[in-house]
Amino acid sequence: MRVALFLTCVNDTLYPDTGRAVVKLLTRLGVDVDFPMGQTCCGQAHYNTGYRHEAEPLARKFSDVFREYEAIVTPSGSCGAMVRELYPRMGERARAEGRGDTLARTLAPVVPKTYELTEFLVDVLGVTDVGAYYPHKVTYHPTCHGLRGLGLGERPRRLLQAVKGLELVELPGAEECCGFGGTFAMKNSDVSAAMGADKVRNAESTGAEVLCAADNSCLMHIGGTMARLRTGMRPVHIAEILASTEEEPLG
Amino acid sequence: MSGTFVGMPAFPKAAHEAVHNTTLRGNLRHATHTIRGKRAKAVTEVSDWAELREAGKRIKDHTLRHLDRYLVQLEESVTAAGGTVHWAADADEANRIVTYLVKATGESEVVKVKSMATQEIGLNEALEAEGIHAYETDLAELIVQLGKDRPSHILVPAIHRNRGEIRDIFAREMSEWGRPAPEGLTDTPAELAEAARLHLREKFLRAKVGVSGANFMVAETGTLVVVESEGNGRMCLTLPETLISVVGIEKIVPTWQDLEVFLQTLPRSSTAERMNPYTSTWTGTTDEDGPSTFHLVLIDNGRTDTLADEVGRQALRCIRCSACLNVCPVYERAGGHAYGSVYPGPIGAILSPQLRGTASEIDASLPYASSLCGACYEVCPVAIDIPEVLVHLRERVAQGGPATEKGNKVVLKPAKGHAAERAAMRAARWALSHPGALRTGQRLASRTRRLHPRTLPGPGKAWSASRDLPAVPAEPFRDWWQRTNGGRTNGGKQEGTK
Repeated sequence: MRVALFLTCVNDTLYPDTGRAVVKLLTRLGVDVDFPMGQTCCGQAHYNTGYRHEAEPLARKFSDVFREYEAIVTPSGSCGAMVRELYPRMGERARAEGRGDTLARTLAPVVPKTYELTEFLVDVLGVTDVGAYYPHKVTYHPTCHGLRGLGLGERPRRLLQAVKGLELVELPGAEECCGFGGTFAMKNSDVSAAMGADKVRNAESTGAEVLCAADNSCLMHIGGTMARLRTGMRPVHIAEILASTEEEPLG
Repeated sequence: MSGTFVGMPAFPKAAHEAVHNTTLRGNLRHATHTIRGKRAKAVTEVSDWAELREAGKRIKDHTLRHLDRYLVQLEESVTAAGGTVHWAADADEANRIVTYLVKATGESEVVKVKSMATQEIGLNEALEAEGIHAYETDLAELIVQLGKDRPSHILVPAIHRNRGEIRDIFAREMSEWGRPAPEGLTDTPAELAEAARLHLREKFLRAKVGVSGANFMVAETGTLVVVESEGNGRMCLTLPETLISVVGIEKIVPTWQDLEVFLQTLPRSSTAERMNPYTSTWTGTTDEDGPSTFHLVLIDNGRTDTLADEVGRQALRCIRCSACLNVCPVYERAGGHAYGSVYPGPIGAILSPQLRGTASEIDASLPYASSLCGACYEVCPVAIDIPEVLVHLRERVAQGGPATEKGNKVVLKPAKGHAAERAAMRAARWALSHPGALRTGQRLASRTRRLHPRTLPGPGKAWSASRDLPAVPAEPFRDWWQRTNGGRTNGGKQEGTK
């Protein structure tokens, strides 16, 4: 199976460890992973801030880069939801504006082939035990776009529960937004920070060492709040936990 | 505090105050979390909730698509039943009509059923200016009115007040408006309710004119419906001689059968009750029973402009249950007043900028008052995709574009204050369209990483005020991939782990 890794611009630039973990994990599971060098960004920040027309060329580029692959895997629920949920909507809007079917047709091939990482593992590869080892107490935050946009449901928790040595503890108010929301974190900083602080306090109450999620953007916000509040907890992307083994444990 | 919202600051400024008010945040957190849990339970009791939600959506969409036809049918039915229909294009016209109708009765006071439509048009203030006293009879509205405050929630307008605050308001203000609060009033719910009951009873029995809104209007029979919990509404709808109902044109449903859906979804979504305690219906006038004169004032006030927008029109499906407010993490922290409208929370953030336009500072800021977490869409009993409309309205604010204002098609210019953002978005789009440029930027960031400041200037300042920045790694992923051929060669294994 020829699978393309869509790492996302944020991960590529700020969280290369997550990318390396996805490669390591998928390779271990027998998947042939490619990283198309032409990839950049799905256009979500533009689209969600109200710049749909600036997002369109990025979406077209995404399709050009990825359309030939059998599957496109991304370690980001929100970028995955952008492609799956919002690319079709961009096509519809272009049509409603009298611009014909060109955009919809260009974007259509990548939409059904794009998977968030945990979805790909459980639904496509059919595995929940990926042979990982991670001897820590972990709490899981289901990010909004993964939870409600893609409907990831219990998949990430099932994967975590199968990790050897890992103790999974329930996060109070797990389904509440952490307050990141892309440009929301800057435009409505006070509310965003208050939401982040509540999320971190809830995480702290679990006694876990690690807060895990499937989206580094949310983890950047939560982790930044944790560091500022000096909680001693650390944010870790689920891919890094799943990539960790007894032979090569995550540091 | 005045009853008008004109001149409110933009949402982030208003929210700044609210976020730092610990009493307010405590009150809101307690109230929204309680109702949130109850609603979820009430909804899971219904096995066909998803079908009910879809049915509600369809009925509303169908009605909106044929609104012209159903409104004419409604007018005919109301007239045939002995009522009089008045049409108001905007708030001023509606207020003029109601004021005229009250004056024609020779009365100088009215009792009111809780109504969002009359709040929206500022009816109480308009009547006051003409020397007519309007008394709110819903308990929460009474608290807001006595406290010279503004409502901060659609269903629970005094949600931002706790029991102690309510006791103080009653003890201080009731005597100014009528029967004073009993001596030694405490803050127990039963005593507070009894104080309100005694105070209000005097008003019900004296009033000759009642003013209401309606949750629904049934086109086939000209029947209006009010769904309530306290019974005060039924008093106002039956005791006065004249009844004036002010209703938004989108409140119509074609038939009685359609009510079946909403009488299940509305109470469960709003108060988490299987059925609300009082459902009152009234059709025109009947001899020797209820009001002898009935007026229906149908208000547009931006609704047909909203209807003209194919993405935004779904906001008109709203049945004002307020489930979206109760589940919204932004509403919970910012409070209802920050939204600068009688419609707070997620629905307010999409309704107000459509009904009023996006020209004012507060209206231009509302589409951004959301993290797009999607919880509001998930709970909405008529499936309004609020995040979709928020993004659509952000586009209108940031980039301008086609819209309808007072029935005319216009092309809006981008709102002020977005020029720098627009330029940044354009530059980012350019860089992200050119992988080479992205790579150059990444490498520059990596090489200069020891020089990066701990706090950011400009718009980034808001980030670093409360959160630490992530450290930029020594090497972006794409450089590692190329150097090690995806971890297959030279150093790949070691690099594969931290």
